[in-house]
Amino acid sequence: MRLSLARRLLLAALVCLTVLIVSFILTRLSGDLAASIAGPNASAADIAIITRNYGLDRPLLVQFLDWAAHAARGDLGRSYLYHVPVWGLILDRLPVTLTLGLSGLAIALAVALPLGILAAAREGSAIDRGIMLIALLGQAMPGFWFGLVMIILLGLDLQWLPISGLDTWQGYIMPAIVLAFSAIPALMRLTRSGMIDALAADYIRTARAKGLSRSKIILKHALRNAAMPVVSIAAVQLGFMLGGSVVIETVFALPGVGFLAWDSINKNDFPVVQAVVLFLAVVYIVLTLLADLMNAVLDPRLRG
Amino acid sequence: MTAPVDEPVLSIANLRVAFGRRSEAVRGLSLTVARGETHCMVGESGCGKSVSALSVMNLLVRGATRSADHIRFQGQDLLGLSERDMARLRGDKIAMIFQEPMTSLNPAYTIGSQLAEVFERHRRSGRRRALDRAAGLLERVGITAPGMRLGQYPHQLSGGLRQRVMIAMALMCEPELLIADEPTTALDVTVQAQILRMLQKLQHELGLALLLITHDLGVVARMADRVSVMYAGQVVESGTVPEMFAAPAHPYTQGLLACIPVPGTARTGEPLGSIPGVVPRIPPGFIGCGFRDRCAFAMPECAEPVPLRDAGGDHAYLCRLQPGWQQAAA
Amino acid sequence: MIPIPVPTARREAWRLPALRHVATLLGALIVGTAVVVAIFAPLLAPHDPFAQNLDLRLIPPVWMDGSQPAHLLGTDQLGRDYLARLIYGTRVSMLIGVLTVVTSGLIGITLGILGGFYGGWTDDAVMFLITCRLSIPLILVALTVVALVGSSLTVVILTLGLLLWDRFAVVARTTTMQVRNLDYIAAARAAGASRAHILLREVLPNIVHHLVVVATLEMALAILLEAALSFLGLGVPPPLPSWGLMIAEAKEYMFFSPWVIMIPGIALFVLVLGINLLGDGLRDMLGTRLER
Repeated sequence: MRLSLARRLLLAALVCLTVLIVSFILTRLSGDLAASIAGPNASAADIAIITRNYGLDRPLLVQFLDWAAHAARGDLGRSYLYHVPVWGLILDRLPVTLTLGLSGLAIALAVALPLGILAAAREGSAIDRGIMLIALLGQAMPGFWFGLVMIILLGLDLQWLPISGLDTWQGYIMPAIVLAFSAIPALMRLTRSGMIDALAADYIRTARAKGLSRSKIILKHALRNAAMPVVSIAAVQLGFMLGGSVVIETVFALPGVGFLAWDSINKNDFPVVQAVVLFLAVVYIVLTLLADLMNAVLDPRLRG
Repeated sequence: MTAPVDEPVLSIANLRVAFGRRSEAVRGLSLTVARGETHCMVGESGCGKSVSALSVMNLLVRGATRSADHIRFQGQDLLGLSERDMARLRGDKIAMIFQEPMTSLNPAYTIGSQLAEVFERHRRSGRRRALDRAAGLLERVGITAPGMRLGQYPHQLSGGLRQRVMIAMALMCEPELLIADEPTTALDVTVQAQILRMLQKLQHELGLALLLITHDLGVVARMADRVSVMYAGQVVESGTVPEMFAAPAHPYTQGLLACIPVPGTARTGEPLGSIPGVVPRIPPGFIGCGFRDRCAFAMPECAEPVPLRDAGGDHAYLCRLQPGWQQAAA
Repeated sequence: MIPIPVPTARREAWRLPALRHVATLLGALIVGTAVVVAIFAPLLAPHDPFAQNLDLRLIPPVWMDGSQPAHLLGTDQLGRDYLARLIYGTRVSMLIGVLTVVTSGLIGITLGILGGFYGGWTDDAVMFLITCRLSIPLILVALTVVALVGSSLTVVILTLGLLLWDRFAVVARTTTMQVRNLDYIAAARAAGASRAHILLREVLPNIVHHLVVVATLEMALAILLEAALSFLGLGVPPPLPSWGLMIAEAKEYMFFSPWVIMIPGIALFVLVLGINLLGDGLRDMLGTRLER
């Protein structure tokens, strides 16, 4: 889309605002947040104390504006459980999730890109069908189950890798692979279809008519044009991975942001939940902005 | 490898191209192009002219099969050439330009880079020297401020300019044969004239053999030395331009020429000439004349293999009707 | 008004290369079996899936030692027959898959068609909604909703249905935009057809084949998501036999009795694979290029 940078930023800000509202409404869904925080065994007195302490007796609009104003300044509230600023909790766990996400993305790209290009270059052949079969199988695999299976196979039977936790850096390997698995099918298909479309373009016929070598045609001429949707999707996939890390982190007991969120949900620590939802959404928005920028770099037509 | 002077630059004999079992796009095409000569292939859409051109360069899509008695470039056989060796010829000795200048250039790279890479590839040249040569050629094709243009991207140029760039690109390595597939069809009428004029000038300067594909008889009249009229995958008539326009021998050619209203001779109220029917798709195994369903002179014998008639000089046509039948019918 | 089909540039004739044919049939077979099993679960299950028998806990399936013929796939940690739970689990998955897709489809297709047809501010609004929806972390939000509102089949279906409409919207919008400019739409408007008529009788029939493909993809996604939610304890509530829940419940025993997580996992894998194969086959048959 040929939106100017200013318009894009404005749009991003509006989306952030909307997510702000969504995350606020989210935690008010139970009707009585104080009761939810207090838990099922709380007495009416406990609930009343929580209501007052958390300002939950104020009108909803006031509560929201308060939340929004604080969030804009970077203050995401305090955890009920730990009594520390949520922002600090998130920052503590961010490195784990980031490492996981980035290594997962790196593995996914390292596998999906070459295979996708190969499949496109050999379109219709047995290799192509084989690669597409892999994509199909990967798409059908439930991530959490795959993680468990890997734990049994690699952690227990073969004892190659640690079962859980992060005592060593090797604790990242299995979760990163599982995470990559969820992104590889989509990336592979997209690379392949992008390459097929690029290879069918007229300028490829021109390149062939100029007598350029096959590798040059694929890697220089076709890839550049096929890369654009892949770049966008890669950024988006990273966003999804960060958001979906909750499952993998739980399976492998990794102390990341996703695990923090899930733990907080279970323990009724809703300020944390609200903040994490907002945080992840903002990260996603930033990633898509970056993807747009990268596209402008790759495609001169978008520079305007 | 230099061929003897009278050897045609391009010689095709009995080219056949089929798309699987669906259709035969080209059924026995033969033609030659000599050095410095412009040979036009003319016909309606779907008659197989583009496919023929692509077959010479072996640039057909997957699923197409070509066969011929021979395809020779300066005496060298092209039919049995490996893809690697063919790629060496492409862009170097044989160049091709296409119909759609808007999409034939890669939008992601500069004009300069796309021009230079041909030269770098075939002459093992460095980028600097290639870009210098590119700038020179851009000037030659009539583009001003070539230095600036080199750094521009295709989307910043108009259609006419892009086609000039394509021509410059084709000439980077001084080819012996230039194949132009409807190079002006997608351009405005005024630009068309300029491009054609430029092509003619360059051809004379460089002594190029030019195989020009078009559906426009006006282009043929202006540019061609010899012409092959194609219909449904076959060359139905071929000869020099004066011969053909003066005395078209094949009913289809006659029909084509009759379609063009000539100022002064056409009278108001008279219907414009037209050929009833549509171009058929020829299934494999088809025998006989492809034009017979639309021909005013069709006979039952037209369903049998059609003989090649000699109408004098270089003029030949593919029809049941004997040479000189036009005079007899008049 | 006779809806004229989309011109051949977009919608090629039905083609079925041999291998594709086999794969699609396999997919259809799997999905068909799942539907039958889901509907006739009470007739097919050898035992009551909720009946606990603490004397017969964790009995292995027939191909291993220590099994019992009455329980072909063994029993779980509470002595419930695994085969029965597997069969009833099919019901849960299929129910979730179908109902979620219906809900999200209604939302997404409506938004997409409106945005694609009217353009302008309407389209801007639709694109904005889609962007917002894509920004929020899906699983987290679903988990939170279930945690706060309560865990039940209905809540899961509604939550997923209200969240999974984005692809429907995107595809409906794109295809509507392509169809909007075709001549038969202009002809219908010139003949005085109402907006509703045009949208329902001219636009919709010509984009529906794209949407069918999206529906299969979303169905597979919904089933996988429900499994993940149930696995995390915030999806379908016990004692309902959701496959994801079965895997979660069996997690503690997985090192000693790995089949307890293998069986429902494979069931999930096979069902989702079948749906995807069917979807791919439909896409090839209907000649759609958008979802590549």
